[in-house]
Amino acid sequence: MSFMGYPRADGRVGVRNHVVVMSSVSCANAVVEQIGRAVPEVKTVTHTEGCGRGPQDVSMTLRTLANLAAHPNVASVLIVGLGCEVIKNELIATQAGEGKAIERIGIQQSGGTPKTVAAGIEIARRLVAEAARHERQEFGLKHLTLAMECGGSDGFSGLTANPTVGWVADWLVGRGGSVILSELTEFTGTEPILSERCVDAEVRHKLLALLERHGELVKQELGPMAHTVIAPGNQEGGLSSIQEKSLGCIRKGGSTAIQEILDYAERPTQRGLCVMNTPGSDIFSITGMIAGGAQIVLFTTGRGSPAGSPIAPVVKVASNTPLFEAMPDDMDFDAGRIVIGMSLEACGAELAELVVAVANGGSTAPERTGTELFAIQTVGSAF
Amino acid sequence: MKPNALLIDPSDNVVTLLHQVPAGGSVVWIAEGEFVAARQEILAGHKAAIEAIAPGGEIRKYGYPIGAAGEAIAPGDWVHTHNLEAVRRSA
Repeated sequence: MSFMGYPRADGRVGVRNHVVVMSSVSCANAVVEQIGRAVPEVKTVTHTEGCGRGPQDVSMTLRTLANLAAHPNVASVLIVGLGCEVIKNELIATQAGEGKAIERIGIQQSGGTPKTVAAGIEIARRLVAEAARHERQEFGLKHLTLAMECGGSDGFSGLTANPTVGWVADWLVGRGGSVILSELTEFTGTEPILSERCVDAEVRHKLLALLERHGELVKQELGPMAHTVIAPGNQEGGLSSIQEKSLGCIRKGGSTAIQEILDYAERPTQRGLCVMNTPGSDIFSITGMIAGGAQIVLFTTGRGSPAGSPIAPVVKVASNTPLFEAMPDDMDFDAGRIVIGMSLEACGAELAELVVAVANGGSTAPERTGTELFAIQTVGSAF
Repeated sequence: MKPNALLIDPSDNVVTLLHQVPAGGSVVWIAEGEFVAARQEILAGHKAAIEAIAPGGEIRKYGYPIGAAGEAIAPGDWVHTHNLEAVRRSA
């Protein structure tokens, strides 16, 4: 099986051919937005970061923006900076590496806001015209990386949507592709299970250390009971232990061995299943996994999250049929059919087919509704 | 009989009810009609044992242990916090 994608200079393959206009610092967001309104073909990326943070946050933000600029779904980039910020546009361009058109423009160097907008519009129009000449070619599924996310979960998420997404994870890994599983908060209680699935002792040690640190952080913020109990509502819904609850979440990653543990927005060096350090909060999490190189996100939801991304198509998998019918424009796939007797295999195979169609250029619900959300995870205060 | 319960992994010894069943009602988990009779009322989202589990025996869902039997569990028993002991976290 294969898909039609855009070859990139670094050997990776895009499923989209976006021209991205991004700010290097929040001070440049208005210029980015104005360029985006004038050239609607571009994807805009704005955020709250770029200055006034501690070293750990600076390096995480820089890694996120640079890896997004280098992302295979991105044909070319215009980075808009201010001029006096910490994360300057040339820093992002340098870290993103060679092989792609990355243009830079600064508000202080360009004579202020209107002049920067005008110059940016000209650059953006040129990049759009150049990108239109790129053509799709045929590639094997080993060139695909999927990010797995759940948001707005319900009692059926762990029974229908997450196992279906997990089936697709195993299907893709079996064909040489890669999968990123994240949301550490939702690993709680499954440490013995996940550690058995690590490919070697080094990966196991890294995963357990990460979960330990994360557990400490949760305790610090939420109190000493945070790590040991499940909510009364979970119990009323039929969940008997924290292991059971978390197993429903990690099921999105399928059942193959964990090959690598990644920091937020870090790019995998191994194929197969890897685990990334992201919070359970959806937009932070998908932004990190997409920066890591995932070209498509599979996003399960029971209550109905409309979230998408400017960089990667996000496939919305409803855990129950009433949701699929209540929010039809925001959903792509109804895993609730498992409740009325559809087999997991049949449901998974159908979702795998949809993944290939999306890789070939088929649109997802968030792409049609224009729900392009973006947020960079931070760990410290702003100064 | 229409399935009203979900067996997530073939190695599991509990199934999850998709609809409420009364005591004595059938818990059916595959289209071909494999079933046990519920020994108590079981609510949607809750679990029923599909085989006998000895005290201390592993309770498996998703293909993994989610706890140990706190007492002898018979096929058709409701499995929840009253008869499932959470597995202690290993270091």
